[in-house]
Amino acid sequence: MSSTTTSNSIDQAKTNSGGKGVELQNAVIRFAGNSQDGIQTIGGLLARLAGRSAREVMTYMTIPATISGGPSIFQVHLGSGEVLSAGDESDFLFAFYQHSYDNHISSLRAGGICIYDSDEVKEIQADRNAVHVALPLTSTVVEVLGGSARDRGKNIFVLGLVTQMFKLDREKIVGLISKQFGGKSEDVLRNALLAFDAGYAYPIGNLLSEDFVMQEGRGAQVDKVTTDGNTALVMGLLAGGVRYGAAYPITPWSSIMEQLRTELPKYGGLLVQAEDELAAVSTAIGFAYSGHLAVTGSSGPGLSLKMEALSYATMAELPLVVVNVQRGGPSTGMPTSVEQSDLLQAIYGSHGDCPRIVLAPKNVADCFYIAVEACRLAKEYSCPVFILSDMALSSRIEAFEQPDLAEFVHEHPLDLSARDTSFKPYPLDGRTHHAPPGSVMQGEKYPVVTGLEHDEWGHPSANPANHQKMTDRRRDKIKACATTLPLPEVYGDESGDALLIGWGSTWGPIREAVGRLNESGKKVAAMHFRHLHPMPNGLEEVFARYKHVIVIEMNDEGLYGYGQFATLLRARYCDPKIVSVCKTDGLNYKVRDIVTRVEERIANS
Amino acid sequence: MSTTAEAPKRLTKKELTADHPTWCPGCGDFAVLAAFFKVIEKLQIPHEKICTLAGIGCSSRFPYFVNSHGVHFLHGRTLAFATGVSLSRPDLHVFAFGGDGDGYSIGGNHLDHIARKNVNLTYVVMDNFVYGLTKKQTSPTSPIGFKSKTDPTGAIDQPVNPMKKLVYGGATFVARTHAAQVKHMMDMFERAILHPGFSVVEVLSECVVFYPGAFDAANPRKGGEFETIDEKTGDGTPEDEARHDITDDVAAYRLAAQEFPGKFGVFYQAERPTKNDLEQKWIDASRAKTGNASAKDLLSARFDAMK
Ligand SMILES: Cc1ncc(C[n+]2csc(CCOP(=O)(O)OP(=O)(O)O)c2C)c(N)n1
Ligand code: SF4
Ligand SMILES: [Mg+2]
Repeated sequence: MSSTTTSNSIDQAKTNSGGKGVELQNAVIRFAGNSQDGIQTIGGLLARLAGRSAREVMTYMTIPATISGGPSIFQVHLGSGEVLSAGDESDFLFAFYQHSYDNHISSLRAGGICIYDSDEVKEIQADRNAVHVALPLTSTVVEVLGGSARDRGKNIFVLGLVTQMFKLDREKIVGLISKQFGGKSEDVLRNALLAFDAGYAYPIGNLLSEDFVMQEGRGAQVDKVTTDGNTALVMGLLAGGVRYGAAYPITPWSSIMEQLRTELPKYGGLLVQAEDELAAVSTAIGFAYSGHLAVTGSSGPGLSLKMEALSYATMAELPLVVVNVQRGGPSTGMPTSVEQSDLLQAIYGSHGDCPRIVLAPKNVADCFYIAVEACRLAKEYSCPVFILSDMALSSRIEAFEQPDLAEFVHEHPLDLSARDTSFKPYPLDGRTHHAPPGSVMQGEKYPVVTGLEHDEWGHPSANPANHQKMTDRRRDKIKACATTLPLPEVYGDESGDALLIGWGSTWGPIREAVGRLNESGKKVAAMHFRHLHPMPNGLEEVFARYKHVIVIEMNDEGLYGYGQFATLLRARYCDPKIVSVCKTDGLNYKVRDIVTRVEERIANS
Repeated sequence: MSTTAEAPKRLTKKELTADHPTWCPGCGDFAVLAAFFKVIEKLQIPHEKICTLAGIGCSSRFPYFVNSHGVHFLHGRTLAFATGVSLSRPDLHVFAFGGDGDGYSIGGNHLDHIARKNVNLTYVVMDNFVYGLTKKQTSPTSPIGFKSKTDPTGAIDQPVNPMKKLVYGGATFVARTHAAQVKHMMDMFERAILHPGFSVVEVLSECVVFYPGAFDAANPRKGGEFETIDEKTGDGTPEDEARHDITDDVAAYRLAAQEFPGKFGVFYQAERPTKNDLEQKWIDASRAKTGNASAKDLLSARFDAMK
């Protein structure tokens, strides 16, 4: 990756490109308005454009807590090199209202450019180190489209403006607009194109002292897939062979179940909207018992409701994929904020000794790959497999290369073959592969699948020796899974001051922080975990090469000063050099925060 | 549900019998099991297609005593589990069993929802008006005044009326029987199994340990009276006018309001599309629309749309 990939890169990346304008390697553009203004739409279109221009992109948005809408932002980080975070600060701010200006002007970097709707924003902080550009957005759009359509047109006008300012590919953007609005009435598309052209032609150049050009991407010119984490996860589940599911709506999980409800019938399967999460997980386990690969999922509170049934799935050894799109907790908490505070629940949240597998995707593309892997592991180890995504991953948009479907599409056909007399559902010397109902049992002894402790044949048994053996069996198969897991890549110095450990959506910012710390002479590296339980073996040898092992998480340090994954690592390795960097403010880590806190950690010990 | 006549080998009680039931001697649930065996024997459902599911409770141990594919699931969640089995496996005959606590208390909400969705399966409730397995706590059907460990001076909360709950919930076959009336019970089971959709049979099944004599009032051998429902035959006679119309939910509700022990028989039966059929229609239409494309082609097309 290029170490110049920082949000403040305009200055660093400026090259004099002979009258063409200032070349930007990357730019962070923040649109601040109300959700009704459709700023998500333009953000999404820009992200997609990036996907078609071999550029990297990452987006970040806030969703208003109320349904009627309200203040909302969409931030797009476009880059011609690797883009790992949504950007700590913005280079450009488009402020639609006074409140947008007031709340977001501080996100603009020193010397950044703020374009504001002068029909709405009446007070600006002129003493700020920023370039202020007044643009009568509302009245201009009224002129173009007429009064009734102006609310719909402001966003697309701004998109035209951005296309002009950054010399983006007009043709491609118009194509994307046509694709987006083409399905609606002709009027809608015509108005959109009118607004776009007006923005594209607006003489903004007179108001700016500089001209900008976005560098084309350096990668191969293939059209990338541009989508959000929840959608990528759905695609992964479908590719991994999930054909049935059951769920109950909750933010930010809902869009996964909504998509599955529409998509699964196309694959001959089905998603059931259940009356609550207790029913959802039970119905999903019913699908699993019937011989299918099934999914259930939720966020925060919904996962708590599923815990009893998930311990059943461990005990009965039924395969199940369980998705938790984590949000701020406890309780209803902060439904539209990001947090990683459900790790220990995923691992230990059910009653009894209840081992299961827990995975976490590192970015949007990885939501696809992790889901495919979860499907495979659920089948192979006949147990629940958790996918811990989060609010940030669920909604942010990234561009990535389409996965190789020949490699990643799997089917799990129903196996109703006759089982011979030697069939045991829970063999002490082997793995569970159930005989789903409908299978002829040649010994004429039919199996009962149960949550009571049982012997090899599934008969209930409270025999002390048997319980120990069966507990060993359920644990050892998960330990066997650990031996198949690769060590996570060490990114950065092979040895040195500190190893930064992360999991889930903090991958990008931690990686970027390593780049900056390396630049400032610190010998650090990052190691990112996608397999959290079981974790891979052999970590101690890697830890031994660093003075500090710093675990960076978006959860609380707890009573004893360690985050949830740090607690696990300390329990496993009893190594006092494993320490925590934690926070729970509901926001993604800024690269700068990580850099500062790692530097503090290194200095203080 | 369809019945299959040409099973390779005649299925008898012998093949259907599994472990000896662990119920207390005299428990009403023995008779329920015996009646179930007889009806299955009569209908000759292919052995491997029988699926018996249950929650937790004395009555819910049922699947251990039937030699068929079976599941002993969680307290109260059997119907949600059974929904997954029924919807994804149209080849199976799905039976769910449980007690009054399992079905009307902890699982009460699931019952309402499976009823309105009309998921195709047969549900048998062994109602003993008490929590048996946990040793005599008040159940949702315990009558006011019933002395239990949780109501030592007598229950004070109004009990659930199962027939009203089921009719209101939208179950499309609702019947009531008594474990001491094996013939009647078999008749109700058979009609329930043959009904397409969500069919429920509530069986008054005595817990001889924690609520002995609970259903004597409906047991002629104990001095009670077993009154069955006189169903309308449609013969046009004046007597027929007074008979019960099983397609009339308001009449069913009125019947359910009678004082204990009330009447036995089919309270309500309706024809309504099952969720199984409705979902299958949607699946078929979706498949047809894609031209029966493979998973790989479907995924590839959707990825293309995101470029
Ligand atoms: C979640 C949960 N809560 C409580 C219990 C304890 N429990 C087991 S059976 C039962 C009541 C059983 O009553 P009923 O369903 O009427 O069945 P019966 O034993 O009377 O046949 C209870 C409370 C449990 N197993 N699981
Ligand atoms: S306790 Fe009651 S319900 Fe349970 S087995 Fe004994 S008699 Fe039957
Ligand atoms: Mg009971």
